[in-house]
Amino acid sequence: MKFVLRGREPRWVAPTAVLVAVAVTVALTALPIRLAGANPVAAFERYLLTPLSSVNGLHEVLLTATPLMFTGIAVAIAFRAGYWNIGAEGQFLLGAVGTTWVGTTWADLPAPVALPLGFVAGAVGGAVWALAPAWLKRRAGIDEVVTTLLLNPVALLVVQGLLNGPWRNSATGFTDSDRLGSGFDLPPLIPDSRVHWGFAVALAVILVAGVVLTRTATGVRVRAAGQAPQAAAFSGIDVDRVQFRAALVSGGVAGLGGASTVMGVQHQLTSGISNSYGYTGVIVATLGGLGAIGVLLVSLLLGDISVGAQNVSLVLQVPTQLGAIFSALLMLAVLSAMSWRRYRVQWRRPRPATTPEPAQETG
Amino acid sequence: MSLNLLALLGAMLTIATPLIWAGVGELVVERTGVLNLGIEGTMYLGAFVGFLVALRTGSPWLGLLAAVASGVVAGVLMGLFAVTLGLNQHVSGLGLTLLLIAVCEFTFRMLYAGERPTLDTKFDVLLPGVEVLDQHWLTYVAFLVLAPGSWWVLRSTGAGYRLRAVGESFEAADVAGISVSGVRYAALMVGGAFMAVGGAFLTLSVLGSFTLDIINGRGWVCIALVIFARWRVWPAVCGALIFAGTDALQLQLAITPAFGDVPRELMLALPYLAVIVALAVWGRSVRYPGSYLKAHRRA
Amino acid sequence: MTPQRAGADADPARGRALLELAGVTKRFGDLVANDDVSLSVGAGEVVAMLGENGAGKSTLMKIAYGLVRPDAGELRVDGRPVQLGSPRDAMRAGIGMVTQEFSLVETMTVSENVALSAVGLGRVDAAANRRRVMAAMERLGVQIEPERLVATLSIGERQRVEIVKALFHDCRVLILDEPTAVLTPQDVRSLFETIARLRTDGLGVLFVSHKLREVAEISDRVVVLRRGRMVGDRPTASVDEAELAALMMGGAASAAAAPAGPSQSRAGAVADPVGGAVGLGVETRPTAGPAEARPEPVLRLTDLGVSTGRRALLSGISLTVGAGEIVGIAGISGNGQTELVDVLAGVRPASSGTVHVAGRDLTRADVATRLAAGLGRLTEDRRGSLVPQMSVEHNLVLEDLPRFTSRGLLDRGAVRRHAEQLIERFDIRARPGDPVATLSGGNMQKVLLARSLVREPRVLVVAQPTRGLDVGSYAYVHEQLAALRDRGAGVLVVSEDLDELRGLCDRVAVLFRGRIVGELPIAEASSERLGLMMTGVEVAT
Repeated sequence: MKFVLRGREPRWVAPTAVLVAVAVTVALTALPIRLAGANPVAAFERYLLTPLSSVNGLHEVLLTATPLMFTGIAVAIAFRAGYWNIGAEGQFLLGAVGTTWVGTTWADLPAPVALPLGFVAGAVGGAVWALAPAWLKRRAGIDEVVTTLLLNPVALLVVQGLLNGPWRNSATGFTDSDRLGSGFDLPPLIPDSRVHWGFAVALAVILVAGVVLTRTATGVRVRAAGQAPQAAAFSGIDVDRVQFRAALVSGGVAGLGGASTVMGVQHQLTSGISNSYGYTGVIVATLGGLGAIGVLLVSLLLGDISVGAQNVSLVLQVPTQLGAIFSALLMLAVLSAMSWRRYRVQWRRPRPATTPEPAQETG
Repeated sequence: MSLNLLALLGAMLTIATPLIWAGVGELVVERTGVLNLGIEGTMYLGAFVGFLVALRTGSPWLGLLAAVASGVVAGVLMGLFAVTLGLNQHVSGLGLTLLLIAVCEFTFRMLYAGERPTLDTKFDVLLPGVEVLDQHWLTYVAFLVLAPGSWWVLRSTGAGYRLRAVGESFEAADVAGISVSGVRYAALMVGGAFMAVGGAFLTLSVLGSFTLDIINGRGWVCIALVIFARWRVWPAVCGALIFAGTDALQLQLAITPAFGDVPRELMLALPYLAVIVALAVWGRSVRYPGSYLKAHRRA
Repeated sequence: MTPQRAGADADPARGRALLELAGVTKRFGDLVANDDVSLSVGAGEVVAMLGENGAGKSTLMKIAYGLVRPDAGELRVDGRPVQLGSPRDAMRAGIGMVTQEFSLVETMTVSENVALSAVGLGRVDAAANRRRVMAAMERLGVQIEPERLVATLSIGERQRVEIVKALFHDCRVLILDEPTAVLTPQDVRSLFETIARLRTDGLGVLFVSHKLREVAEISDRVVVLRRGRMVGDRPTASVDEAELAALMMGGAASAAAAPAGPSQSRAGAVADPVGGAVGLGVETRPTAGPAEARPEPVLRLTDLGVSTGRRALLSGISLTVGAGEIVGIAGISGNGQTELVDVLAGVRPASSGTVHVAGRDLTRADVATRLAAGLGRLTEDRRGSLVPQMSVEHNLVLEDLPRFTSRGLLDRGAVRRHAEQLIERFDIRARPGDPVATLSGGNMQKVLLARSLVREPRVLVVAQPTRGLDVGSYAYVHEQLAALRDRGAGVLVVSEDLDELRGLCDRVAVLFRGRIVGELPIAEASSERLGLMMTGVEVAT
């Protein structure tokens, strides 16, 4: 048996690869579930199905998916342009900071002004945090992977510094900020649920990003710059500028995620406001194939698992980190399975092996 | 106000130690053209496994051994993704980090939910009471064995030749009969072991306990150091000392009354910012290894 | 098995087969690179392997060196079957190879490179190593300081290091894959002397080439590969160039050339790539005599220069291309051609001088302005001008995106129609939605040709337009360039293939060390004269 390059890929290959990857992921995560003393089958039912089986659960899935939609599409935009923004975590946090600043400074603003302002402030916060790496990349050719990564712990320190210092809650003295003005509360999107208008904004952002990436000249330029920068430059596309702008847009969109979470869920800044949403965004974008629909579907899937993980942790005492294990494993498994797509298995016995003659010593 | 320079120097050496272990590990890996973003997770894994085994057996030595083994395993995993399967190194490395951290946190929560266990015996410092030199043995090894040793191996041994050849041009290495995958796997395993030791140093030598934010971006710092050092050992050590010096300085300043008003978080952020500034100043237009980020494929 | 070596010394021509390939077949996906190929090389014998680009020569060589595994067939060394899983196995079996793209590590020294495949894992004794490298160089008559970094060596020097490297592990069969493609005539001369020396030493040499004249000069036996199949195996003394050319092209050449235009001579298409003096352009060239007044220049370069740091890569380039004229740039690779094309294409800035297209100064213009001013480009790096994963239709509009945008969105219907038209007109064998990466080299070149020609450029800058193309595409590209010229545009062709230039151009200028050392009307541009100018021996005025 050996692996041979395929000439052309049949249609069934990609979906099969994904199914195989899912099966492998499920099999591998069954082990820690067992170790935690739970029945894997019952646990998986709770991870995947229980959240979808009730209206309330479905609402929670949409709510949990919302920040992932923002960070996922943010990372996808940057990756499409060939800019490796791994700093969505920090950009998300700074978005939250921006929104909290306007929301506590002008707490009396009425909702029609406050909500757009809150989102704008979030986008600006995220874009500002993305600016330094993007600028260093464009002006000095400094690898953005490192700088965006390094700014993530710094962003968390910024949040903690604000909460320990100037923004410490004036009423309780806890290290949370004051509550935002009530005009900044995103109204529920679905009555009597926690799903807020941030979900609609996330959908809109994904829709716009999808249209721009696939249906416009800008999208063609972005993809050309990302896939073949040299060829793009040859055709008159300013690759550095495309990447710089994509980096800022990416940061801004991640910042919108922060804004949405502050205004829709927490209504104040807390140091745990980003539950690794930025890093998970990389998983979402990658699993979603850097496309709009993919990002949406993967966000919902991971939202589902995340809600399930809360449930399992309460009921079966399996720590919630299993959700994170699952999503990281799933990404690695899917990528691995997809890399085998290019090959087909050839069932044939190899010729009997013979060992090469040892080289002669002298000539 | 007066700074205690000797204490500063001593703290600097201690803080630099995990960065040198993990940094040299990353350097060895990157010299073969593989960017291992799994470093953060591998350090985390080393810290956790070392702690767990030391806690259960009562022996920090067994803990260290287990940490080394876990680092090798992490290296093999990265090899599976980046070498055998040829996946995108950014994404698979980050995925590995997220996976390892999640696995460690999961296990820690499962075993010690709500507790805060500490080691009964951790590694002691050598020469206690002697200022600056009262360091852990892993610190001595880092500066006196690891750094010069890896420099020498890279420069003047056949193993170093192979490493450099693969990283610079795997076509050339291939034609010279060097197994590109073999060299990359070997580097990932050795490098992974070093990274894990870097993490284990924190739990087994310094803290004697494990916290969920124990690595806190130190792995990313090492990635920056390697680029800053342009893939050379001694500049990487210098970079580690810059970071450690800034960190030690902020620790001292935090207890200096004159700086009492400066937010502690700003101080904590200083070392990261220092690394970014160092990159911006000395990391301009660096020449990356020829086969950096490339997967090797042969028909 | 040393007796056999002794026998070989006594009568090299009749040495027993050292290396044999029997029935070797290799497929890449749907493409059959080698189809049941058999071949042998004896001790003290120089075997030349001839074949056009894409005939499967490189794949076969890689199989012989363990870089590629055959799907079927057997390799034998000294009559015993061997499995070559890697170059290490090949080396152990006594096979050495100098690849087309040199496989040296630029950041390591000469002696480190040579020792690379011979050292263990432990400490390397640098001094002893240096002595061994020196000794190996002496044996070949090569003089290069072993401590120099490979990055500082010239192309010819690098090739010598490669040969030293191969001999360093006692190889008995040396494979040279297109060794002369990048060499100056002087370096070719010294390479041939080295090969002669190796033959006397009893080594078997397999020399891959597509240049008939070299083959006639250096080899004892010649084998011909066409479309992956072995079509001839003759003693060199018994064949003439015409017969070899016919073997290389086969009947397929004229058939493949059929889609080309009516004005073109099939005989010309067949003879052209192999060094025949008759070029395609001869038939299509307008009958206007040289006496006619010089046409208005559409491209004017004045004192153009490019330098990096203190090094001048191009200097004092002054040249004009008139409307309805094809001007060639000849020269050995690395004498400033790439820089010249890059400056004209707009991907590298000029450090001095000016570029005018139809009277408009484009020296500092960006790519879009250049395109708008009527400057078309077709560069040698096809993969550097196309986005491989992107579809044919998107690649075709990459330089024209605003024209296909209405109300902010790409007009997908228009993009599709545009692609369909060009696919039809330029006979591109692909569908609009296919990723460019799935196309053959010839079809990629047609996509690029279509993209630049559809704009009807006033001047087209072309580099190595036919490198790596099959005969059919070769003829087609030439015909299109000639047709563009006949429509009144100017064409600047940069090529290393003298026969191509002589067949296509009205005038030829020669680049040597970044300067134009002379310019000849085509009638005076004999290969000999151009060859002398290309090596800086003769400077025409």
